[in-house]
Amino acid sequence: MLTLILLLIPLVASIIALFLRGELVKWFSFIATIVQLGFTFYVFSVFKTPDANEATKNLLSLNIEWINSPKINFNIGLDGMSLLMVILTNSLMPLIVLAGFNRKQERSHILYSLMLLMHFALIGVFVSFDGFLYYIFWELALIPIYFIALNWGGVNRVTVTLKFFIYTLAGSLLMLFGFLFLYWNTPSHSLSWLDLTMNHICSCKQGSIFWMFFLAYAIKIPIIPFHTWQPDTYSSAPTQGTMLLSGIMLKMGLYSLLRWLLPIVPMGTSDNTYIVIGLCIIGVVYASVIAIMQTDIKKLFAYSSIAHVGLIAAGIFALNVQGIQGGLVQMLAHGINVVGLFYCADIIINRTGSSDINTLGGIRVLSPRFAIYFLIIVLGSVALPLTNSFIGEFMLLLGLFEYNTWAALVAGLTVILGAVYMLRMYQKVMLGDVNENVTVFEYLKWNEELVLATIAILIFAFGIFPKPILELVAPISEQIYRLSFVK
Amino acid sequence: MNTLIYTACLGLFGLLAEIFNLRKYLIPILVLGLAVIFSLNLQTWNNPQTHFNGMLSDSNFSTAFSGLALFIMLIILILSGDFYTSTDDEKHISDYMAILMFTLCGALMMFSFSNMAMLFLGIETLSISLYVMAGSRRFEVKSNEAGFKYFLMGSFASAFLLFGIALVFGVTGTFSIDGIGNYMRMHSDNLDPLFIVGMLLMIFAMLFKVSAAPFHFWAPDVYEGAPTLITALMSTLVKIAAFAAFYRLLSTCFVFALGKAEIILTISCAATLLVGNLVALVQDNFKRLLAYSGISHAGYMMLAIISLQGSTDSALFLYSVGYAVASLAAFAIAITVFKSTGTESISGFNGLAKKNPLLAASLTMAMLSLAGIPPFVGFFGKYFIFSEAFRNGWQNMVFLAIISSIIGVFYYMKVIVAMYSKPANEFEIKPTFSYQMVIAICLIISIILGLYPGVFTKLL
Repeated sequence: MLTLILLLIPLVASIIALFLRGELVKWFSFIATIVQLGFTFYVFSVFKTPDANEATKNLLSLNIEWINSPKINFNIGLDGMSLLMVILTNSLMPLIVLAGFNRKQERSHILYSLMLLMHFALIGVFVSFDGFLYYIFWELALIPIYFIALNWGGVNRVTVTLKFFIYTLAGSLLMLFGFLFLYWNTPSHSLSWLDLTMNHICSCKQGSIFWMFFLAYAIKIPIIPFHTWQPDTYSSAPTQGTMLLSGIMLKMGLYSLLRWLLPIVPMGTSDNTYIVIGLCIIGVVYASVIAIMQTDIKKLFAYSSIAHVGLIAAGIFALNVQGIQGGLVQMLAHGINVVGLFYCADIIINRTGSSDINTLGGIRVLSPRFAIYFLIIVLGSVALPLTNSFIGEFMLLLGLFEYNTWAALVAGLTVILGAVYMLRMYQKVMLGDVNENVTVFEYLKWNEELVLATIAILIFAFGIFPKPILELVAPISEQIYRLSFVK
Repeated sequence: MNTLIYTACLGLFGLLAEIFNLRKYLIPILVLGLAVIFSLNLQTWNNPQTHFNGMLSDSNFSTAFSGLALFIMLIILILSGDFYTSTDDEKHISDYMAILMFTLCGALMMFSFSNMAMLFLGIETLSISLYVMAGSRRFEVKSNEAGFKYFLMGSFASAFLLFGIALVFGVTGTFSIDGIGNYMRMHSDNLDPLFIVGMLLMIFAMLFKVSAAPFHFWAPDVYEGAPTLITALMSTLVKIAAFAAFYRLLSTCFVFALGKAEIILTISCAATLLVGNLVALVQDNFKRLLAYSGISHAGYMMLAIISLQGSTDSALFLYSVGYAVASLAAFAIAITVFKSTGTESISGFNGLAKKNPLLAASLTMAMLSLAGIPPFVGFFGKYFIFSEAFRNGWQNMVFLAIISSIIGVFYYMKVIVAMYSKPANEFEIKPTFSYQMVIAICLIISIILGLYPGVFTKLL
């Protein structure tokens, strides 16, 4: 029941937002997302109650028949993994909405309505426990972001967004085929997650199922060589769209690996891990090297994001508890950091009109507070100890190390290379003499400061005190590990 | 059967209206009449009966499809009020309406035939009415061309059908579908070659009627030339009627003999999927685009036909409903846009989102439903057909269909991109009240059935 409310708040808000105008719609969306965040904390407290009996379990899950033949249930619920993603989504959404304040936006009621609709779909993806329902939310999430990028995007948006749409849709249709395959080849004829994890289909077919699902997720995450849509889309989408995409939407892919791939086709997965980890590690190094060469700040962040999620995916596919747990923790950390990075990029581009790091410089002198926030976020994303990425990245590398020493060594390059491109970027953009292009740099507005300060606090808070998150994900990592362990 | 008789009466009334000078009230009366027939039709639900010495038989299958056909015709009639506005049209409005009613009669016969003669009569009634309607813009060369082309090709296909019926009659000695079905069941291991040839001829004729490749060449030209409203009729009612008749024919008479035709049906299905989707990619004319998209939809429906051993009628019905409502909404919007801009090319839709955001959003929904993207009913129709085909062992065809629906997304998006990101043209576009109603009704059905498709999944 509580989960249903979590799902309904953004949907209702999205419909109401259509009828509001101007600044009001921004305030309304902000309040709606704050209410949602508050409710999330309540759900979290219910989830954490030590005497978790049947009654609380029923409070969190809902399973009613939707279509009787073929059997499809409206089956939603929460476990540690879902809850982690819901927390991530719901804590980023207010920030993403807030980022739009003090900006001129045409037809803002439609923009915010689409964002809230996307919020609804994302929560739906994370709480669905029926494959078909999950698929519907997965597809539904694509439509709002497509229109956000198409209508409010920058140059070249038409071709870029079309490529993005077709690419991801192709992946998800393959996944649909995979679900059909599962439905008719499992004895229970059901797509319920529990049933699918109990009744595996015969090992001879697991390989093909694995690739169908993997392709869908590899496109979404994105894992090299399926990443080509990503840098263009990130740089041409409006900032809030990029924040949604990079912060939350690509987590859909990583989350789905753990939910719908590893436990469902464990044999197919373990047969193919070496290929997948190979791809991920190549991707980590490749994307880092490209990021070093980039001069466009948004593209640089986009490639750095590919490198980071590549590491997460590699850690997950190492198929051990540390890897899975590290992956979950890092998803949260990366979501927060990348949203901060893209917001900083947007602030710089918005004030100077340039996204080329060679034409920028010396912003530190003009806006010292911005420089501090930006530095914190940069340090967070290079995984400095005491920041949020450190724990996750450490555990991921540990997991990889257990899988294969060389894999861990190569993937570990990301830490060094990440520091290279991030700090070099920071140095060129913020430090040094004031570039002639950057003579004025307005002070931060209240909403910008609020967003950046919240992100900075989150980075340190999770870095210094990661216990609650680790406790949240530890049992579910164990469970996923056990489900996907092949004897 | 009553449905058929009352509909024929409405057609006659249309002719009489000319004499008694009731032209002004004709459309409202017909709409009302169809609504009444629609509710009467529901009475035959779960009440199977045979009429006229086994010529026609009511079944849930025929009731469901008749209901859909009546609904489509109702929508077409509501649209026709603001479509036939020129003086020439107004002079002929009662003819048009009567012919439309007879088209519907033909379709109703095709849903409930239980004798080959009735199948042929139904198809001919439907087709002859359409030959006339396709050419009903007498002073337009394209319309004449469409009518003539459709007539020539269509009568050729009808001859095939007749020849097939004759051969099957020669072998079995009966026209009744039950008799033919009995023969097929008794001789399923050593069928007479003539029987098989007869069946193949009938299948070819039906493939022509549903515009499946490689018998699809007439469709784009006829769709483009015919008046847009008639195009809407052809791509919804006629296609669905042909598919229902095709399904009924194969599932009653030839289901055990299908092994012999399997390869033909499979190749045709694959070709239809690919031709429809690939050629639609390069179309600039919106009507032609919808024609090719209609061909590709015929491909998806063919999946239900080739896997009919598993009784895919519910899936076919759900798909038909989804396809019909989305197409009708798209055509209603297209007629409005064509009228204001004077062009039928996709460029007419440029910048629609800036001028009339609601209309653009509606067309977007219709396009997404046709492309098969949740939560619209188009997705569920596709999903259930895929699922049934998969269950019956057609994995490879389902895979092909999925690949082709990825291709399909491209051209549906082309329209959406034109509306949202191209600079606007100067024409003002505003649908009339009846068009707004139709668009709203169709899209609401599309969304409601998308949220709760369970109503139709085990209907038949």
